[in-house]
This record gives sequence, structure tokens and C-alpha cells, in this order.
Amino acid sequence: MKTSSPLSKQAARSRVPEIITGCIIVAIYLLVFVLEQVVSPGSMLFSVLKKGATYALVAASMNLLNGFTGLFSLGQAGFMLIGAYVYSIFTIPVEVRHSVYQYYDGGIIQHTLPFFIALILGGIVAAIFAWLIGLPVLRLKSDYLAIATLGFAEIIRAIFQWGFLGPITNGSNALRLFPNFDSMNIRQGGDPSAPVSIYFSTTSAFIIAGICIALIFMLVNSTYGRAFKAIRDDEVSAEAMGINLARHKMLSFVISSFFAGIGGGMLAMFMSTVQAKNFTSGMTYEILLIVVIGGIGSLTGSIFSAFLFVACSEWWLRFLDNEMFLTPPAKIQFIVVAIAIIAAISLLTYFRNRHASPKKRKRVYLLTGIADVLLLGWLLWFQFMGGYQMPLLRNGFRSVVFAVVIMTVVLFFSRGIMGTKELPDLIRDIGRSGQNLYHWLCGKRGTGKSLKGGANDV
Amino acid sequence: MQTVLPYLLSGISVGGQYALIAIGYTMVYGILRLINFAHGDVFMVAGLVMVYLSASLPIYVVIPLVLAITVTIGFIIERAAYSPLRSAPRMSIMISAIGVSYLLQNLALYITGGMNQMYPNIPFFTESVSIFGATTKRVTLVTPILTVVLVVVLVWLIKNTKIGMAMRSVATDYETSQLMGIKINSVISFTFIIGSFLAAVASLLYFSNYTTVIPTSGAMPGLKAFVAAVFGGIGSIPGAVIGAFTIGICENLIKGLDSILIQTGIIQQGLGLTTFSDAFTFALLIVILVVKPTGIFGEKVTDKV
Amino acid sequence: MSESILRVENVTMQFGGVVAVDNLSIEVNKGEIVSIIGPNGAGKTTCFNVITGVYAPTNGAVYFADEKVIENHPQGKMKTMYKGQNAGKYTSVATPTPDRITNLGIARTFQNIRLWKSQTVFENVLIAKHMRRSSNLITAALHLNAKEERAMRDEADHLLEILNLQDVRNEPATSLPYGQQRRLEIARAMATHPKLLLLDEPAAGMNPQETKELTEFIARIRDEFGLTILMIEHHMDLVMDISDRIYVLDFGRPIAQGIPSEVQNNPDVIAAYLGVEEEEDA
Repeated sequence: MKTSSPLSKQAARSRVPEIITGCIIVAIYLLVFVLEQVVSPGSMLFSVLKKGATYALVAASMNLLNGFTGLFSLGQAGFMLIGAYVYSIFTIPVEVRHSVYQYYDGGIIQHTLPFFIALILGGIVAAIFAWLIGLPVLRLKSDYLAIATLGFAEIIRAIFQWGFLGPITNGSNALRLFPNFDSMNIRQGGDPSAPVSIYFSTTSAFIIAGICIALIFMLVNSTYGRAFKAIRDDEVSAEAMGINLARHKMLSFVISSFFAGIGGGMLAMFMSTVQAKNFTSGMTYEILLIVVIGGIGSLTGSIFSAFLFVACSEWWLRFLDNEMFLTPPAKIQFIVVAIAIIAAISLLTYFRNRHASPKKRKRVYLLTGIADVLLLGWLLWFQFMGGYQMPLLRNGFRSVVFAVVIMTVVLFFSRGIMGTKELPDLIRDIGRSGQNLYHWLCGKRGTGKSLKGGANDV
Repeated sequence: MQTVLPYLLSGISVGGQYALIAIGYTMVYGILRLINFAHGDVFMVAGLVMVYLSASLPIYVVIPLVLAITVTIGFIIERAAYSPLRSAPRMSIMISAIGVSYLLQNLALYITGGMNQMYPNIPFFTESVSIFGATTKRVTLVTPILTVVLVVVLVWLIKNTKIGMAMRSVATDYETSQLMGIKINSVISFTFIIGSFLAAVASLLYFSNYTTVIPTSGAMPGLKAFVAAVFGGIGSIPGAVIGAFTIGICENLIKGLDSILIQTGIIQQGLGLTTFSDAFTFALLIVILVVKPTGIFGEKVTDKV
Repeated sequence: MSESILRVENVTMQFGGVVAVDNLSIEVNKGEIVSIIGPNGAGKTTCFNVITGVYAPTNGAVYFADEKVIENHPQGKMKTMYKGQNAGKYTSVATPTPDRITNLGIARTFQNIRLWKSQTVFENVLIAKHMRRSSNLITAALHLNAKEERAMRDEADHLLEILNLQDVRNEPATSLPYGQQRRLEIARAMATHPKLLLLDEPAAGMNPQETKELTEFIARIRDEFGLTILMIEHHMDLVMDISDRIYVLDFGRPIAQGIPSEVQNNPDVIAAYLGVEEEEDA
């Protein structure tokens, strides 16, 4: 038998990308902290960052289940609801409970827990529910599992709104007056009415989400995470290699729900009020779309796309919801830009379908042609006959544009932003192309790929 | 009897409407193994089209137009969002379906400006009739009859026509059918056309009863109809119909359970069980999936489409 | 005679009305290499699936290291449909899931290669080490099991080296040529520390050179790791070369068994299966 050191292969793998990743993360946290001290706290930026951090955690938890374990579950909103309720029920200060539970005599729970214990408790309760529901439904096949978990979320929503449980859940009324992210700001002398000395609300959201996501990341890269991926790739051979399917699926489901519960608690902190009717299946769909955009099976992608999603829907695309009037020069600019976009899309379609079958090509070209003629005709009409109001822009247009963008991603870029790569992989790739470029510039092409013994070259 | 009857009647009526939607789910699932999450939204869009068209056109023109437009929408959705993903993993198609649902709801929100839209009166449907002493709209009585007629026609169609045979064949074995020269794409399109047509009919009946259309009107009936399809055994048309009636009736009885119990003197005070009328459906779903995942008619292969 | 490690006793496997395996009994002794041969559809892979717990047999029992691990008898609808023998002989039910069986020390490869597609060669072997972990969820997730993790990785690398796969260590598993994928399946199965290794057509799709290497390799791992090997194979050279004993199946029924030379000359076997092979050899 050959007896060379098995480690000789591994040693070649460079740790530099991991170190760079660490530096990037530290820099982001510092930046957020500094921004919070500098920029006015009412800025939309912080609202986006806080909600983004919350959604990033929930998306990461969903990715653990859907992306890494291959279980298509749509129960996320239900577990978030549980987390949000548990958090808020246990953190409303005793002295204001009467005004919150005004129809239920102040409720029956008269204890207040520190916020982080309540958050974790929310996660634990969500995990317990997940365990109960997981016993029957995890045996189901992909789409049946999806619909069963979706149904479970609806049941949870009904239970929490049930008047009978009002003394605990406040029925269909909102829970409020519990500590939110703004309560994390450090005030002089700890007096809640004193001015803020150090702003900490956004940073605290980042810290909570960051710790949780780091835990998910470490789990995914442990031997358990590898077992999850084996289940995703092939259940039969995973079981044949001694991986207990029921146990591991349950683990993944329970852990995912635990973090979804914490995410729900964070959402409560973000919104400052909690009401069961807000945790609809629509919320689950949004999170699923975040996961898809980021890349199913990439935590980095989920984080990135959560912030992108929240920023677009709450902030950057907001202008699409407002009516806008154009000055005559601006109108011409608009028309020029519109024509440029139409031309670009038409050309793209042309090039994409150049090598398609003649029948398909003919059909695509015909459809594109008709669309072009219609759009250009309409633009001409708008230029000479239309008024000066920016077309289409009014309340709700943002969501339409957004939905169209999402459909485009789903249909044409199904691997999402990151595919299954994480940040260190991305840096490794960039490093490799950088090296190749360097060597190419120096006239020694193609040697970059042997320098880092990491993943195979494309 | 007097206390139960109104709930029973509206249960049967809603059940019929769910049945028409459920057929769309069950047929699409039978062929593509896809939960068409957008189907409920197609149903909602049919309602909105009716609202907008009837503002300017007489009702007898509008109804056929609504059916035609809904069918076209169903067809386009299949071609644009599902057919490019034929060879993709099943999760991707389901995500695409969720995306379409999201798009349709947002589009509806944009067009309506978020306002509740009043559904127009269809004269024959909305007149009041009284039956065994309970007063109700005529649509309540029309629905079950129309449902049964349509289902019979559909089953006949599937059993006896060439396209019906092709559909059964595709449902049994996708690849082999393709090899045997069946034009898969037209069969799938046809399935979506039938499904959307029935959803449009269902929307005429449903909204005549509930009178307002909002962008999320389709979500709940859609999900319930899907549960009905699963309950009856997905792929089976009679199963979907029976499941839909079961769910419609149970749901309405639960809605009325408090007042029924109070009137019969069993309890003194409401239990607030109305909240659970929606949740019941899903509880039923989980129970059926656990006890008999194939649904009540799941094993009969002959009726599969 | 040495001690028995696997005993399949009167196993019948019936799917609806079709009897795939009919009253089959197999005995494998420690340290042996035993082959199951037979024409296509003879029930060989079904037999593997019963031993590894993928299917619960309709009737019969399986013993591993003299302990009963699988037992079943016709129940429910099967009671009236059952066509096999020995009805009533088995009364208790033990149908462990495949992972339990693997845990006892039986590992297998698949006829239609089932590697984990998105993972590299190394990861495929590493994942299979998961079963023999000693760390729990918390220590593993918090990466407190560095020592074990290192041991796992070293062992995985060691296995790759034995199977001569270290050059493709970081390639995606499915990018390998067929023969290497089969070897990777063996490496993966061995990573679970089996006592008994079930190989389902290990040489399928291999060229003569690779087959020859595989033959030597199978004999070598038997000796070095103290393994017992039960395999299904169609390459007669390989089977005749290294098998201690051979079972021949046809239509789910055992038609012959014995040492290679006996089987080779058995008229039933020649009639059912080996006839063509004999002529070629002669």
C-alpha cells in the first residue's frame, strides 16, 4: 500500500479568501456603527438596514431548509409569527399591559423577560411547533410538503387570532409597546427619556442577525451540514450511507424554524407592533423569492438579496409610486432613454435567439417586432399628443416593476446572484481571474490556475 | 334545521365554486406535477375583467368576453412562465408559479389602485329566492347544478375525444406519450385553457355572491380548491368535486357553528370558532396527507388526468 | 467452516402479484467473496435491496452476524395475494431503515451510480463518514470537534488514495469517467466502516483493463480490511476469478450454488444463463 501523507493535497489550499471575508464583515459592522452615529436616525437607510438584516436571517433559515436540505417548505411565516408573538408577549412591560390587553383585563401573563431571552424563547417555541408539525409532514414528498407547511402557517395564524386565547395573544388585536430596535440605543444614565448618547439600534439588528447567520453558516459547513446536502442530492444513497433521513430532516426543519422564530422576533422589534393578520403566505413567498434571487444554496446570496430586495421595495423604487410631471426637455430625454432600452432589449433577444430553431426564431422575431412597433408607436403618440405626466407612474407601479424583475430572474437567471457560491469562493474566483489577468498582461498566460489548489477551474 | 339550512346552502354553493377551481388544479397537477399557485389569481383576474368590462358593455356581451380573456390569460401564463422550465427541476417551476401569482396580485393592485371593486349584478344570479323558508340568492342554487353539468361534460370530453385521450396518456406517462408522437405542448395548453375557463365560470358565480373583488380575493379560494383537489386524490376529477363540496360545506358549518350551538342551547356564549373556518381546511389537508396521502380517490388510475 | 456473517433465510419479495425474489436463502461466511449471478430481471438487485432495508421482504428473515435484523410476513392485502412458501413460519416484524442496516456494518454500492451530484469526490467520501461520528449537533455546529473532523478528512483522503482517486480529489463527482465513479462508490461505501460490502455490478461500464484492476483490488481490500464481499456481477472473468462461492438466480429462484467450477458445469445454469459463455470459453 502507498503511504504518502494524505495531508499534502490539502495544505495547498489558501486561507487568504477567508481572511479577506472576515475583514469585509468587520468593515461592514464598523461602517454601520459609524453611519448610525453620523446620519440622522430618521433616514430611510436605517429602516432598510434593519428590515434587511431581519429578512436576511429569515432567508438564510429558509435556505438551510430549501437550499441545503432540499425540503421545499412554505411555513416560514407561521414560525415567524410564533417568534414574534412569543417575543412581544414576554417583553411588554407589566405596567403597560393593561392598555395593550385592554379587552382582556391586562392578559394573564404578567412577567417580563429581558429582550434577548425573549428572542431565544421565541425561537425555541417555534422550534417546538416545528417538531410537532414535522412528525407527520416531513414524510411527504416535495410539493405535498410545501402545501402542508403552507397550510400549517395558516392554522397557526387562525389559532393566534382566536378570541379564546385572547388573554395570552390579545386575540386579533395588535400587541405593542414592547422594546423595539430603538430601545437598543444607549441613553445617558440609562434613563429612557434622556437623549441618545450612542445610537445602537441598527448595529444591534446586525449583531443579532449576524450571530444567527454565522451559526447557520457553521452548521452548514459541519458534518451535519454535509449530511443535509447529501439528502438534498440523493435521499436513497444518503440513507444507504447511514444517514438517518427522518432525524436529519427533522433537525434541519427544527433548526430552520428556530432561526425563523428569532427572525420573527426581530421583525416584531422592527415593526413595533405585532398582529397575526400580517404574517400571511405572501410573506413566505417574498422570503422564498429572496432566496431564489440570491441563489438557492448560498447564504451569502440570501443575505445580499435580502438587503437588495428590501432596499428596492421600500426605498430605491419608491419613486415609481409617485406621479411625476416632466418638463419638455425631460420628456425628450425620457423618450430617448425609452427608445434606447427598447432597442437594447430587442438586440438582446435577437442575439440570444440567433441560433435557435428556425421556427422558434421566426416566432420570437415576429413577437419582438410587433412589441417594438407598438411601443414605438405609443412613444410617438406620447411625444406629439400626450401630456407632460410621466406615464404609468402611480401608486402600485413599484410592485409591478418589482414583480416583473423577479419573474425575469426566475425565468432567465435561475441560479440567482450567487448560485451556490459563498463569499470566500467569490473572492477566490476574483483572485484567480486577477492572477490570470496579471499573468496575461505579463505575457505568461494560463499559469494562474495552478497557484491556488482550491476548487477546479472553469 | 332552520338554523343549519342557510349555512348548508351557502356551503353547497361555495363548494361548487371551489370544485370548478379545483378541477384546474387537479388537471394541471395530473399532467405537469405542478401546483399552479397562480390559478387562484387567474380566478381573481377574471373577476376584475368582469368589473372593468361591465362598466361599458352590456352583460350578455361581457360574460363571453370574460371567459375568452381569462382563457387567453391562462394560456399566456403557461407559455411564458411554465413552458420554458419544462426540463428544470420541479422546485423551479413551482417558484415560477409563485412568481406569477405575485405578479398578478401586484398588477391587480396597481390597476385597481387598491380599492375594493364592486362586482356587477348579473340579473338572473342575484335575485332572491326562498327555499324551505331560507332566503338566498339564486346563484346559490345555480352553482351546484352548473358545476355538475360542467363536470359531466368535462369527464365525457376526457373519456371520448382524441384530445381527452391524449391528456389521459400524458397524465399516465409523460415521456412515453411524447415518444408516441403526442404533441405535449398543445395538450398542456389545452389543460390550462380548460382550467382557466372553469376558473372564469367559478369567478362569475363566486363574486355574484360575495360582490367585492380585491387583489388577494383569489389567494384563499385558490388554496382551498387545491386542498380540495388533494383531498379528493390529486389527478381525479370526481375526487376534486367531492373534496370541494366537503370543504365548502364544512367551512360554512364551522362559520355558523357558534350561532347554531347557541340557538340549539348547547352553549351559552360564542366560542369564536368562526376564526377557524379557514384553518379547518388546512387541518383537513394535513390529516388527509398523513392518513392517506393519495386522497380518497387517489388509487383509481382510470380517472387520472 | 468459518462463522456465518450474513444469512438470508427463505426471503420472498412480492410486488403486487409479481414475485421478484422467491424463497431465497443465501449464506455468506466471514472473509468470503460470494457472487450472485443470473440473467437480467432475476431479482439480484431486489435481493440487495432487501438485505439493505430498502424494501421490506414480503416473507422471510435476514441474519447479520447471527443476529436477526430483518423479518417480515405477509400482512393486510398481501395475506391473500401471497404466492410464496413458508407462510406462517415467520411471525414477528423487524423492518429497519437502510441507515440502521448500514450502521450494523453492511454497506453497498448502486448499480445505477448514485453519487451526490453537487459534491466533489472528496466530499462524497467525507459525507459517508458522518455516520461514524461521535460529535453531536452542538459540538459539530460550533466546530468544537476539530480533532474528529481532521480524522474524518484524513481517513477520507486515505481511502481516496487506496482507490487511486487522489488526483481527482477536488473534481465534481459526476464529472469523472464511469469507471472512476464506480470506484468512488466503493470508496464511499468503505468510509462507513463496513464488515460486509455489497457491490452491485462494480465492473459495469469498465473496460477489460479496469476490470482486471478491479478484480485485484477487490481481493486486496478483502484481505487488508478483513471484509466480506457479496457482489452482483455480469463479467464472468471477474466472477470466476475471485469468487469463493457463487449463487445463481433465475426468475427470483436460486437454481444453483457452489464453488465456481461446480457452477460452471451445472447443466441448469448452462441452460439458463451460462450456455453462451461456455461456448466462448471453449
